[in-house]
Amino acid sequence: MEVINNLTKAFASQENPSSPLHEFQSDNWKTFAGLGLPAIKHEEWKYTRIRNAYADNLVIATDAQLSAATLSAHQLPGTDHANRIVFLNGRYQAGLSSFQDDSASLVVKPLETAAGDEDAEFVNLHLGHSQKYHPDGINALNAAFAAGGVYIRVNKGKSLNQPVVIYHFTDSSNGYAFSQPRILVNAAEASAASIMETYVNIGGGESLTNEVIEICAAQDAVLHYVKIQNEGAKSSHSGTTHIRQLGKCLTHAVTLTLSGKLVRNNLNMVMEAEHGESHMYGLYLLNGDTLADNHTIVDNAMPHCFSNELYKGILDEQSTGVFNGKIFVRKDAQKTNAYQSNKNILLGDHASANTKPQLEIFADDVKCSHGCTIGKLDEDALFYLKARGISEQKAKALLLHAFAIDILDQIQHEAIREYADKLISERLSFDF
Amino acid sequence: MLKIENLQARIEEKEILKGINLEIKPGEIHAIMGPNGSGKSTLASVLAGREDYEVTGGSVDFLGKDLLEMSPEDRAKEGLFLAFQYPVEIPGVSTTNFIKTAVNEKRKYLGQEPLDAAQFLKTMKEKMKLVEIDQSLLSRSLNEGFSGGEKKRNEIFQMAMLEPKLAILDETDSGLDIDALRIVANGVNQLRSKDNAFLVVTHYQRLLDYIVPDFVHVLYKGRIVRSGTKELALELEEKGYDFIKAELEKETV
Repeated sequence: MEVINNLTKAFASQENPSSPLHEFQSDNWKTFAGLGLPAIKHEEWKYTRIRNAYADNLVIATDAQLSAATLSAHQLPGTDHANRIVFLNGRYQAGLSSFQDDSASLVVKPLETAAGDEDAEFVNLHLGHSQKYHPDGINALNAAFAAGGVYIRVNKGKSLNQPVVIYHFTDSSNGYAFSQPRILVNAAEASAASIMETYVNIGGGESLTNEVIEICAAQDAVLHYVKIQNEGAKSSHSGTTHIRQLGKCLTHAVTLTLSGKLVRNNLNMVMEAEHGESHMYGLYLLNGDTLADNHTIVDNAMPHCFSNELYKGILDEQSTGVFNGKIFVRKDAQKTNAYQSNKNILLGDHASANTKPQLEIFADDVKCSHGCTIGKLDEDALFYLKARGISEQKAKALLLHAFAIDILDQIQHEAIREYADKLISERLSFDF
Repeated sequence: MLKIENLQARIEEKEILKGINLEIKPGEIHAIMGPNGSGKSTLASVLAGREDYEVTGGSVDFLGKDLLEMSPEDRAKEGLFLAFQYPVEIPGVSTTNFIKTAVNEKRKYLGQEPLDAAQFLKTMKEKMKLVEIDQSLLSRSLNEGFSGGEKKRNEIFQMAMLEPKLAILDETDSGLDIDALRIVANGVNQLRSKDNAFLVVTHYQRLLDYIVPDFVHVLYKGRIVRSGTKELALELEEKGYDFIKAELEKETV
């Protein structure tokens, strides 16, 4: 495969033996070389032919420029005062990033720098932890290019005044562009932060993003995470959001997928301390040929933890939704409460949904529930609305918006919630 | 206003309406009574346009138009209203927004300007008094977690907002205690005028103590077998439906 040769060349050209990440990267390169790209016979990739996204014409670009005008054109509304982190083609751009919270609260630096300074211990301890849950080639491939990544620390006892919005730009003007962002977040004891990620394909060509973000939340931290995917039909994505609860804390994630070619999101909540609480919400609103695959893992290792998970899908035309929700309750994790639900509405005659709850429970005193539905819009509700003079199209939009709203309501940041609502309302032709 | 001639309808393979004839003029209140399974609710649903039922014969003229050719939403916009026996709970749809949309869709259809927020609020306040419905109920999701009585009151409230020409109340009294029944009936009576009409579908006579009908029809096995004035309802209440059944059997013998 030509793509492997190209990746090999790209890896060699960025190798830097004096980098503190060198060992991590070269170990992972070896892992990747051994594993290769996941094939569909791999159970975890049954519906998602990620290998197809790694086409021979994939370009691993490094030298691109992003103008301030392009950047501001894609800024999320209502985030003028947000902390902004910019990636271009998978590499952190310090010059384009800007911060509102002061450095006593928020520290952001290249991952490579963090790996060699006072944060080195943290980096060594936590970087690559997601691999335990995703021991596949693409996680390793991302790690092999980790030097372009970023390190984010929210200091002990600090609440950020503004969210951290991470923009991932991929410039596809010179061909099928490949980005591999890498992020490590250290949410220290009793800190509070909101982190959002969004993706932009500039240049009009095809793109592929292979991302890994690892977030560690310490005792009493409150961490909100939002991922908004609306990159367009030419962009594929595989991303892992790996959230580790190191102490009793609250972590909350919302994933919105509105467009894309092939989209795979892994979301992990690793609950390593007693009394942890985690929330995972997702909405995929798809049309065309988009495939969106959400794989989630809640790993309960300690007692008295609570997790709630709700993913909803609206699938139009010939789009495909995949949901796989794993919940592990380890032997010691007594009194775990874990809830999971996945609901799908099929609008298109050729749309499909594949849903699979997967609970592995080794403790005997737990409450776990799961449920999934795949169906059409409720005919009785539709008739009720029509019987009041509301047109079929408007009634459908109203019901679909109502279906989506409880996921949108989970976005804490008001401007972002309104923005997401606007995107979804436009797609559903919903106007009230 | 409404002229039903030889209306026949079925659901799947089961024939339910076997030739209904009924004419309703402006200003009239008609009651349709009958035992369970006689086709009362089917008639209400067919008139509102529920697609589960297949009309196999007959015609329905509503204000000079062929009702059966119209979509449910157009029937509503032409001035037909069905108060549901089982109002549907719709989480995530605010009651107020829903009613506002319905009112303005109808206005648009009739070539009227949409109500602005202030006008809408004013109308809403007036009509809320009419059915003694609380603001807090209307700021909630449509019918979600409403009690039986609250759902029925919400139906009458929607009716008041939409000002239909013909309102069909499908067993609006079922599940209502006497206070709720009085409130619902009071709402209907206040909305009554010489220009509109009501078709009250009910199993029991008690609602008709409050909403006094001009005509009472007894539906049995898919046909109207008796028509009369309000005294017929009292007779039915006294003697029960078996009396009608027995009489009918006598006739056929």
